[in-house]
Amino acid sequence: MSNIKLPIYLDYSATTPIDKRVADKMAQFLTIEDNFGNPASRSHEFGWAAEKAVDEARQHVADLINADPREIVWTSGATESDNLAIKGAAHFYRKKGNHIITLKTEHKAVLDTCRQLEREGFELTYLDPEENGLLDLDKLKAAITEQTILISIMHVNNEIGVIQDIEAIGEIARERRIIFHVDAAQSTGKVDIDLEKLKVDLMSFCAHKTYGPKGVGALYVRRKPRVRLEAQMHGGGHERGMRSGTLATHQIVGMGEAFRIAREEMATENERIRMLRDHLYDGLNDMEEVYVNGDLEHRIAGNLNISFNFVEGESLIMALRDLAVSSGSACTSASLEPSYVLRALGRNDELAHSSIRFTIGRFTTLEEIDYTIELVRAAVEKLRDLSPLWDMYKDGIDLNSVEWVAH
Amino acid sequence: MAYSEKVLDHYENPRNVGVIEDDTSVGTGMVGAPACGDVMKLQIKVGDDGIIQDAKFKTYGCGSAIASSSLVTEWVKGKSLDEAADIKNTHIAEELALPPVKIHCSVLAEDAIAAAIDNYRQKNQ
Repeated sequence: MSNIKLPIYLDYSATTPIDKRVADKMAQFLTIEDNFGNPASRSHEFGWAAEKAVDEARQHVADLINADPREIVWTSGATESDNLAIKGAAHFYRKKGNHIITLKTEHKAVLDTCRQLEREGFELTYLDPEENGLLDLDKLKAAITEQTILISIMHVNNEIGVIQDIEAIGEIARERRIIFHVDAAQSTGKVDIDLEKLKVDLMSFCAHKTYGPKGVGALYVRRKPRVRLEAQMHGGGHERGMRSGTLATHQIVGMGEAFRIAREEMATENERIRMLRDHLYDGLNDMEEVYVNGDLEHRIAGNLNISFNFVEGESLIMALRDLAVSSGSACTSASLEPSYVLRALGRNDELAHSSIRFTIGRFTTLEEIDYTIELVRAAVEKLRDLSPLWDMYKDGIDLNSVEWVAH
Repeated sequence: MAYSEKVLDHYENPRNVGVIEDDTSVGTGMVGAPACGDVMKLQIKVGDDGIIQDAKFKTYGCGSAIASSSLVTEWVKGKSLDEAADIKNTHIAEELALPPVKIHCSVLAEDAIAAAIDNYRQKNQ
């Protein structure tokens, strides 16, 4: 305990710290002493050196996902990549059809982009996942029409960590000549991605969930068969016209280095992280009325999203001030709506309000997990002693049979 | 979000947590709904002189909801029913320095007092 630094960071799906090796590399691309040139400068050594660094980073990103470096377009992050992919493809292929299919548990960067396209006249289908968070492929097939031009399904869900079967979805899309976009912001370094094999046409990435810097991402745009996009950012024609704007060399180099490290270390790292996650799960699972949200099998190693029934999430987070975790409860927002992801799984409001997401990463230690288990158990016990719902449960009252005075 | 000292104090050391055994001198109010993320149960025990002798609460909800209910158990003790009914959510919000997004917690506490008084009066018509 004595050597644990508080608070303990268990929110790696929100963001990760930059790996020191990455930061060191980035620092070589800033000042007059360094390689600060504009990669688009063709007339001198400064530009050439920067371009070389960007090319190397592009190769590292391509290597992690087994793609061609010419298929990588730099962006400012996964949100921009999602926007470029979805709007860009929808606008380019709108003569072919106007129907787009996505999933209710997608990140807001996808859902809000789809909402915008609806306002522009596109037809959208938002599929419900199964209770375990996974997409039923038959439901996807049934939703496809003659008009469908684009399917956008995420790889790894940010809240519950479940992994969608993008290999099978890709087969379905390709067979019907529908463009398939995947938001892979949460999956690099956690799940193998082989774009030689996967029939994915567009894939969004960011650096900061994989120990790289915030503010940089990439979009994979398939060359064979070629996928076309309408640019969303116009200007100097950078990135083969798909995304104009001076390349942020230091950010890009950071992303490249982060992905290079991920490729080298992900196998051993995920094994260690899975061990820690399972240890956390075992330490909490023997308590009464504890529910894991999302499938445990098809799930990244570092995610544990768990509901402590009859305990409200925000008060639990307050009791866990020594932990940096996130909750599916949204008592702070005006709407009082709990997590839309958990609601989409069919979780009732109580369980959605009672959820905590622990995400474990590169710098998490076993001591930290042991301490976390102790803290969480004590906090849940304390809050259940305070909870009228817990008393009712213990008295055998079915909470669904109670007529609540909603406010 | 930052909590005020007073919210933290009530949250860390909630006053009057528990259950009063039910009889005709006891009024119980339960307000809120699990779906909204908060449920408050407030009980008052009223003496023959019409003064609230004891109060207990149990709350499922955020820290501000717990603090609001803990605070009102302190405030209602020693008061007549009419005096207790005069406790308004604005008093609670002010005392605990609740931010705008947490005002509903104080409203719920006010509702809980009203519900407990109602319940007592119904039993003792």
